[in-house]
Amino acid sequence: MAAPPIRAEKVVRRFGGVAVLAGVDLTVEAGELVVLLGANGAGKTTLLRVLATLLRPSDGRLELFGVDVRLRKAETLRRVGYVGHESACYPDLTGAENLAFYAGLYDVPDAATRVAELLTWAGLDGAARRPVRVYSRGMQQRLALARAMLHAPDLLILDEPFSGLDPAGQTALDARLLALRTAGHAIVLSTHDVARAAPLATRTVVLHGGRIAWSGAGAADPVVLARTYDDLTRGRS
Amino acid sequence: MRAALAILRKDLRIEWRTKESLSSLIVLGVLLLVALAVAYDPTPETAPTLAPAVLWATFVFTGLLGIQRGFLVERENDCLAGLLGAPIDPAAIFAGKLAANLVLLAAMQAIVVPLVGLFLHVDLAASVGGLLVVLLLGNLGFAALATLFAAIAVRTRAREVLLPVLLLPLLVPLLIGAVKATEHVMTGGLAGARDALGVLVAFDVIFTVAGWLLFTYVVRD
Repeated sequence: MAAPPIRAEKVVRRFGGVAVLAGVDLTVEAGELVVLLGANGAGKTTLLRVLATLLRPSDGRLELFGVDVRLRKAETLRRVGYVGHESACYPDLTGAENLAFYAGLYDVPDAATRVAELLTWAGLDGAARRPVRVYSRGMQQRLALARAMLHAPDLLILDEPFSGLDPAGQTALDARLLALRTAGHAIVLSTHDVARAAPLATRTVVLHGGRIAWSGAGAADPVVLARTYDDLTRGRS
Repeated sequence: MRAALAILRKDLRIEWRTKESLSSLIVLGVLLLVALAVAYDPTPETAPTLAPAVLWATFVFTGLLGIQRGFLVERENDCLAGLLGAPIDPAAIFAGKLAANLVLLAAMQAIVVPLVGLFLHVDLAASVGGLLVVLLLGNLGFAALATLFAAIAVRTRAREVLLPVLLLPLLVPLLIGAVKATEHVMTGGLAGARDALGVLVAFDVIFTVAGWLLFTYVVRD
């Protein structure tokens, strides 16, 4: 049996002695779409950056596809796509140049075709030759999503991916995530939009105080989920 | 190597498009040169001993600015996260940034060095070959150390102050070697500069290898 895309055991991450993650246990299997909820400061972004290997765990064990993240194997990193709060795209390069640059780093075969395909998906055909500096927030977010999907990663880690997207962009992303999930890709995304996230999820996880405070399988009822989330983040549970 | 070349091409494309670093470097370099030339007002006799120090002081201060800017490009939009998440050795990021910094320094020096001859009344034509060797070795050591420390400084709030504070004490051996080698080249040729060139070669090897090995630890949280 193939190793799960994510296996985190008691993962701790401290910043200057403060444990932002205080022992997170999380296993994500292929074909799962895990929605991560939590109040501001709950540790969502830190957890996603740790999962994306951008932050080292201070303690605990983290494996991606069965490989310890401390080894930073290129074969493992090639299977991971990440979108953070910022686009990671160079403002003075065009959208197409940014994607072509990252396609080179990831050894994407037939890069020109793949770049064109993702620019079309992102609705950025018309803006592909413009520098990213003149893109709106939503356009930058679309480009960031296209960048993360460029190398068809088996594991997609998305920090508030719907933020800045217009309704058409949100719908396109919904459809893409569902297609990827069905195709067996693992996805972990954080959001505050409980109603939008609930129908996508195969599992919902609420992070509170640096720990997983609640986990529910399946596409949860948005109303129940919203109430649970509210209770947890207000500290009533 | 392919990743390093991709990063070099990307940095040069951004610089070609914006011309922000190069124009700042050239303006600052010329201003420093003019200020130092006016302050010392060298005679033809004193110029060959003064010119090397002026030359390297100008390179170091302008180079610091340019190399720092090279990392600010990676900070904007958290582009460094994009590089660190990619399946490449972080040492390739170091190599790409180092190569881009060397190109930038060379472009700035192509303008500033002839002006040194003009303002300080030094005949550089006779020593151009030797001078190129010294510049190449001096630039490599300076850029290797500055690239490594710029990666540290760029993540701090006091980056403008931190980079020179960290860098300048460590640059002393390189500066002594570079100034002495330049002086020998201007007055007698490469043969007399052997010891000083040895210092530069040793500095280059130590800090290029150190940067290559340590970069992964300084760029990751």
